[in-house]
Amino acid sequence: MERRPRRGVAALPYLLIAPTLFFVALFTLWPTVLVAFDSLFLQNEAVQVPQFTGLGNYAALAGDSAFQQVVLNTVLYVVVTVPVSVVLALVLALALNRKLRALGLFRLAFFYPAILPMVSAATIWLFMYAPGYGLVNVFLGILHLPGQNWLGSANLALIALMILGIWKQTGYFMIFYLAGLQGLPHEVFEAANLDGASPLQTVRHLTLPLLMGTTLFVTTIAVVNAFETVDQIYIMTGGGPTNATTMLLFDIWQTLFSFFDQGKASAMSVILIGVLLIFTVVNFTQVERRATYE
Amino acid sequence: MDAAWVLVLAVVALGWAVPLLWAIAVSVHSPDEPISAANLWWGSHPTLANYTQAFQIAPFAQYYVNTIVIVFGILAVQLVTISLAGYAFARYRFRGENLLFFVILLQLMVPSSALIVPNYSTIRQLHLFDTLVAVMLPYFGSAFGVFLMRQTFKTVPRDLDDAARVDGANWFQTLRHVYIPPARPAMIAFALSSISFHWNDFLWPLVVTNSAASRPLTVGLAVFTQLGEIGAQWPLVTAGTVIVVGPLLLLFLVFQRQFIDSFLHSGLK
Repeated sequence: MERRPRRGVAALPYLLIAPTLFFVALFTLWPTVLVAFDSLFLQNEAVQVPQFTGLGNYAALAGDSAFQQVVLNTVLYVVVTVPVSVVLALVLALALNRKLRALGLFRLAFFYPAILPMVSAATIWLFMYAPGYGLVNVFLGILHLPGQNWLGSANLALIALMILGIWKQTGYFMIFYLAGLQGLPHEVFEAANLDGASPLQTVRHLTLPLLMGTTLFVTTIAVVNAFETVDQIYIMTGGGPTNATTMLLFDIWQTLFSFFDQGKASAMSVILIGVLLIFTVVNFTQVERRATYE
Repeated sequence: MDAAWVLVLAVVALGWAVPLLWAIAVSVHSPDEPISAANLWWGSHPTLANYTQAFQIAPFAQYYVNTIVIVFGILAVQLVTISLAGYAFARYRFRGENLLFFVILLQLMVPSSALIVPNYSTIRQLHLFDTLVAVMLPYFGSAFGVFLMRQTFKTVPRDLDDAARVDGANWFQTLRHVYIPPARPAMIAFALSSISFHWNDFLWPLVVTNSAASRPLTVGLAVFTQLGEIGAQWPLVTAGTVIVVGPLLLLFLVFQRQFIDSFLHSGLK
């Protein structure tokens, strides 16, 4: 619709947006500038007054093997949990997208983890992974596999967190695919069916391309969420054993509140913001497209 | 459809449901009875004693009040700020409109979790540390809400607006009686996604609270499970967890449709 200027007080629209602008300025714009500025200073318990160090904090991070481990953990977590969750969500949505008597119950079973606070989910899984009688090991026992010390082993702890992450978010992504599938044109599928296309061919050549938008949208949300992983690390491992599960956001928290190194925590925040920006910009353009075509 | 498929699906679904079902079962497991691989569920004489004890050890009632105040306090302010700003962007033309809209949208691109370090300093400087206001304040403005309201308000026919003005309605009356009523579904969707996001939020309240008086449920649960005296008393820990998730799950069961719609609408957690 064409937008005509509204008559009235010229200041009114500014007053209407002022509250929002105030909070965005105070808690998004200003802190972004502040954190970038702070990242250029040595500011920790060893220095009395903050000292300008240029890119010193970044250089220190680049050469810090513990930080390299953190980056590696974060990247591993992202590249495993995102594709697994998204593909599983699609498979579940395809399986549930038909007339099924227990459909509501199935959907509920997959979706409920999404509404639990991560802290509660992590507490439950802390118990699931308990050595001895934790259900994960009990299940392995049924399969005649040896039980593992999931959270106490440097090789397994990150995998344990990944499993929780996948369990928690897959149902949420599934909902987007289910909605996407409902919106697909019936006629095309009927035509494919008449032409003798196999179910696999139909999925590959029709469903997947038609759901491209949903996949892109879901993937960007998944990536951003994965980079923000922190609650379950706090509850389940505290970043251990020996840094094996420390990820970027948890490390930022730890650097500021356990090691009181504000300069380093700021530099790490800038890195996280930079990475997230790439994906949130993509996500945002998707939101806009969805909103426009809705 | 083939029964085999449904069976596979049912097994997977059961696997998905088991963690919660197990937690609920263990929460009524008697504390005198050790949990073992042979005695994994509710035990021989289920009891609510763990719940009573959990309420005695930790102020869960207080945490509930805090969470409710935080969640609905944020929502109330957000509904006002997003309606006003959404209305301005939908129906007024003014200098710098596009630039200001873009500036607000930056909030969607820089997630607040990445800003805990400087925002913590701000809260300290404002002398708000360890208050409920500190937990709420950064969320009073919502770029997503403004965006959603702008899109929704734009679909209101211009003629209705003009008619209201001809009848002598001022901007506020027009907003309230012409724009808000048709926007209710969008506002409900926004409300549900805001509530579930802030109900579950952990890192920010962890950083800015330090006492039972301002701690929400999520942080309260974390403190509870990490108390030395609790250790690995799983019935107690799971009772605490069920106390935290129970009402939320019931609410979800009742409003499942609306919840799912709101998630679809927002796609922003």
